[in-house]
Amino acid sequence: MRQNLFHSLRARCLGFAPNLVAPILVALMVVVTLVSCTKKEAGTPGSSSEKLAGPGITIGLVLDKGGKDDKSFNSAAVAGAERAAKEFGVVIKDVESPDDAAFEPAMRTFAERGMPLVIGIGFAQTDPMKKVAAQFPKTHFAVIDGVVEGPNVTSFMFEEHEGSYLVGYLAGLVTKTGKVGFVGGMEIAMIRRFLMAYEAGVIAANPKAKVFSNFVGITASAWANPSKGKELALSQIGQGADIIFHAAGASGMGVFDAVEEKKVFAIGVDSNQNGIKPGRVLTSMLKRVDNAVYEVIRSEVEGRFKPGPNSFGLKDKGVDMAVDANNEALVAPHMKKLDEVREQIISGKIVVPDFYKTQPTSGTK
Amino acid sequence: MELLIAFVESVMRVSVPLLFAAYGGLISERSGLANVALEGQLLLSAFVAAATVALTQNAWVGLGAGIVAGGLGGAVFGWTSVKSRADHIVIGIAFNMLIAGLIPTVCRAWFGVTGGTPQLQRDARFTSDISFFLAAVLVGGILWWALQSTRWGLRLKAAGDRPEALTVQGVSAGWVRIQASTLCGLVVGIGGVNLSLCQGSGYIREMAGGRGFIALAAIIFGGWRPVQTGLACLLFAVADAVQTMLQGKSIFDLAIPNSIVQIIPYVATLLLLAFRRSMMSAPSAINKPV
Repeated sequence: MRQNLFHSLRARCLGFAPNLVAPILVALMVVVTLVSCTKKEAGTPGSSSEKLAGPGITIGLVLDKGGKDDKSFNSAAVAGAERAAKEFGVVIKDVESPDDAAFEPAMRTFAERGMPLVIGIGFAQTDPMKKVAAQFPKTHFAVIDGVVEGPNVTSFMFEEHEGSYLVGYLAGLVTKTGKVGFVGGMEIAMIRRFLMAYEAGVIAANPKAKVFSNFVGITASAWANPSKGKELALSQIGQGADIIFHAAGASGMGVFDAVEEKKVFAIGVDSNQNGIKPGRVLTSMLKRVDNAVYEVIRSEVEGRFKPGPNSFGLKDKGVDMAVDANNEALVAPHMKKLDEVREQIISGKIVVPDFYKTQPTSGTK
Repeated sequence: MELLIAFVESVMRVSVPLLFAAYGGLISERSGLANVALEGQLLLSAFVAAATVALTQNAWVGLGAGIVAGGLGGAVFGWTSVKSRADHIVIGIAFNMLIAGLIPTVCRAWFGVTGGTPQLQRDARFTSDISFFLAAVLVGGILWWALQSTRWGLRLKAAGDRPEALTVQGVSAGWVRIQASTLCGLVVGIGGVNLSLCQGSGYIREMAGGRGFIALAAIIFGGWRPVQTGLACLLFAVADAVQTMLQGKSIFDLAIPNSIVQIIPYVATLLLLAFRRSMMSAPSAINKPV
């Protein structure tokens, strides 16, 4: 009897085993996905109590896709937050978002936990923040690189056209062929803003110059398709371009590969990318996300959080041109002229064309 | 003339990952395994290859590791599909999601970052696009010959069309499918290696960008036959290269909007598939358990 039971059990288990494969695979998949999403939610060690103001408060940081260590936007945000954490003794909780749909729940979770300030990085978070901020009127929200209107939201925008004009001016001075290129990720208003000012800068330095512009794609993968970025860059180089400015996220890596192969120059974007291919990167157009994040945390800690838009331009070093050991020799002969241009932009003597102002409604769509 | 050379080079570069993915997928599909896991296999081998090179600084070791990883991925996909008797499409989607979650996790453990492997130096990568293209053509030729003139090819086709005929002969159709899926992974693996070690300089999250699915479309458009599938891949590559060249150009001083130019490859795919009566030639036991 016992034997029989054992046999039938064993037979049943074995008989079922193959059918279990699919559920197990699915379960494994779910676990892995969850782990990869949640594991990144690591705060700096310290007190976990969430007070309402002053040092010791917990601040939520919702990062953009691409992850904490994208050596660009998100890394800069984390660096700024960590600097503020160290100086003001606040606790930072951050979360990475695998896709656009994850922003809203992440913000809501932070707000529900009673965090006094929730910071969203990247223009893709403007819509979810508009929604969540309205639901939590007592929580302060900050969006970096986008605009959200609301009595409890502050927005930090970068005057990326000022920086783009400056690097465009440099490209115009340096180009030998009189042809330069631009590779954008997707053809959205923000990237058009880069392009428009870059073109203006190039032409101001070199009125006969020609600017080629290409865009990687029309879906989210446009920001993570290095082969296509390289293909576009090679095509521009084939037409004579000897300097290529990219604003294409990770697809820009392909642009760097192309300029290395063909021995021309690239211009990096967002963070200092001069070191990616030392000597082949003319400069990088910096957006100081770290400073913006630091500023907003400071204002919260000091109890002077102010809703409304803020913009960071050349004047307050919110955008800038990266100069370091990797490119010093390349840009040194032109620095004097560039400093003049910078001064003229700041003083308003040069008015950099702004794509947003050419649109009926300004925004980051 | 220079423009033509640049164009042909561009077509060759773009087509390489498509060709390998499509030939791999063709092996799997002809055995009756509907394969939507090509994208995941491309990513898997691209990542393993780049990670290996980051650790060893040797492109050839990376090539080997990428191919083996692709093969393992193919074996897992084939084994689960055959043993579970479940819908291959569902297993394939699960496989892609597993890879999408697994790579960032492993990447973080090894390199401390989720976004991708470190950038690889030029001398630790492959720089000859044309060798990859020739290899792809060679694989296509071998596949064409093997499918019609070898016992392996006959069994493969039998597993896809009449698995019960194999069973009568005492050959396990399931086993043939698992082998086919493993071989598929090995071939797709070369395409993945090409993405991260030749076209790119390291792995970047989701860098395959849908190429696995375009390859699948090429198989269907090619009517599950090697030569036609290869040509379909080249056609897609041409559409992409045309797209690259036309961007920002104007005809008779009339600028073509980029958004129109950029949808050329997608429209081409749609039209090609719409105007083919291709489903007729699908292996008759595709996506059926054995």
